[in-house]
Amino acid sequence: MITANNIFKSFSGKTVLEDVSVHFEPGKTNLIIGASGSGKTVLLKTLVGLHEADSGEIWYNDVLFSQLLFKEKKAMRQNIGMLFQGAALFDFATVEENVMFPLTMFTTKSYEEKRERVNFCLKRVNIIGAEKRYPGELSGGMQKRVGIARAIALNPSYLFCDEPNSGLDPNTSILIDNLIREITQEYNITTIVNTHDMNSVMEIGDKVIYIHEGKKWWEGSSADILDADNPELNNFVFASNMTKMLKKLSAK
Amino acid sequence: MRSFFELFGRYFLLMRKVFTRPDRMSVFWRQLIFETEKLGLSSIAIVAIISIFIGGVIALQSSFNIVSPLIPKMYVGFMTRETMVLEFSSTMIALILAGKIGSNIASEIGSMRITEQIDAMEMMGVNSANYLILPKIIAATVFNPLLMLLSFVVGLMGGWLIVALTGIITISQYFDGLQMEFNNFYITYSMIKMAVFSFIITSVSAFFGYYAFGGSLHVGRSSTRAIVVCCVAILIFNLVLTQLLL
Ligand SMILES: Nc1ncnc2c1ncn2[C@@H]1O[C@H](COP(=O)(O)OP(=O)(O)OP(=O)(O)O)[C@@H](O)[C@H]1O
Ligand SMILES: [Mg+2]
Repeated sequence: MITANNIFKSFSGKTVLEDVSVHFEPGKTNLIIGASGSGKTVLLKTLVGLHEADSGEIWYNDVLFSQLLFKEKKAMRQNIGMLFQGAALFDFATVEENVMFPLTMFTTKSYEEKRERVNFCLKRVNIIGAEKRYPGELSGGMQKRVGIARAIALNPSYLFCDEPNSGLDPNTSILIDNLIREITQEYNITTIVNTHDMNSVMEIGDKVIYIHEGKKWWEGSSADILDADNPELNNFVFASNMTKMLKKLSAK
Repeated sequence: MRSFFELFGRYFLLMRKVFTRPDRMSVFWRQLIFETEKLGLSSIAIVAIISIFIGGVIALQSSFNIVSPLIPKMYVGFMTRETMVLEFSSTMIALILAGKIGSNIASEIGSMRITEQIDAMEMMGVNSANYLILPKIIAATVFNPLLMLLSFVVGLMGGWLIVALTGIITISQYFDGLQMEFNNFYITYSMIKMAVFSFIITSVSAFFGYYAFGGSLHVGRSSTRAIVVCCVAILIFNLVLTQLLL
């Protein structure tokens, strides 16, 4: 469970997040949606502590994360997995070494045990036979999946995904969305996903938070989103002509 | 001026993050070997080639410049030795290495920064500055003084080769010159300089890479800036160390 209260964040005078309060339950895929530049990535990075909030509180269960000392945060982070917008795989390391990295740094497992865990995670995300390849040799979708494998290597209780399916074709997107949802339910993870893909919202969104210009504009379930009467949200949701047409059809 | 001090402050803050105990000692040793190979061993060829040519040229030029019959010809060997050990093998080689390994470090770390690989490391709870930068600094600072020795020896060989090929003086005159009034401390002095310069090259270029932002254009720009700053710092420290040590 993650709760954030009244988060403010600005960069050299420019306010990016304004009074954002959110609450995320375990075993649920929570989505943060919003236009490009609305502050989704900044919100995610603030929640995990890569950016420090100007004010506000961030709770992980009953731990006040935002007040922890550097060392305590460091220990906490081993319980948090994150998939970055560009996958952020280490390009000095092979696929296998990437997934093994957190295991090497934070466990005392033997090489055999680590390999076993790596193979398990890679199989879980459907990457087979690419262990010895370097990130530069993988397609975007494969990189994202390896990124997920690395994020879940230490069995985290919290999983953050920044646009897991941006730049992917619709089929691969759905594959990755489903993967995230399955993992979330299987291990009862508190998962938070940034996206601007309406398809993901309808497919996997247990809870949806809409960010508009750095403020929380709307929250609810994916079932409610189509009927919400919030002009900015509607504008976002029904951005394309096709969805507008669908809305007209369903209204009839 | 304010931004200069700000930069300086950030450099020291980064160094404080770099000089901490590695999360995993075994990983650190592995990285250290890897970086020694990448930053040190791989420079052997270029250092040797440059040094042999420069040693030869110094021998030639000093022999052209000794026109007075009062100065013995063996001074050719003496001058080759002194020039190599005092300046060329440390300062000049360091400036060349600043270009070679400085740009390599700045662009490598810079591109890791902009592709969020450094964030990913921090996110896992790894001290990225320590993990990425410490092995580079230690590898170069410990290994590069050996490159200075190599450059010195190869430079003298370059002079000897020229002497043997052109016959400007006899080989025994050259070797007499090499052994003339040799101050052993010059080698220590030069190795100390090289160690300091290597520390500057690796830490400064890592600093510029670590705080890169934006796109690949910025990474290129910060690696250029890194080299310029390294060179200026090397020249300044050359004066300071010479004043202090000699
Ligand atoms: N490190 C930073 N320094 C200064 N400004 C920043 C920084 N990071 C983000 N911003 C600004 O914050 C705003 C929100 O950026 P953010 O990356 O959160 O957008 P986003 O919603 O993730 O967009 P996208 O969907 O394109 O990824 C942007 O205006 C951006 O310029
Ligand atoms: Mg983003």
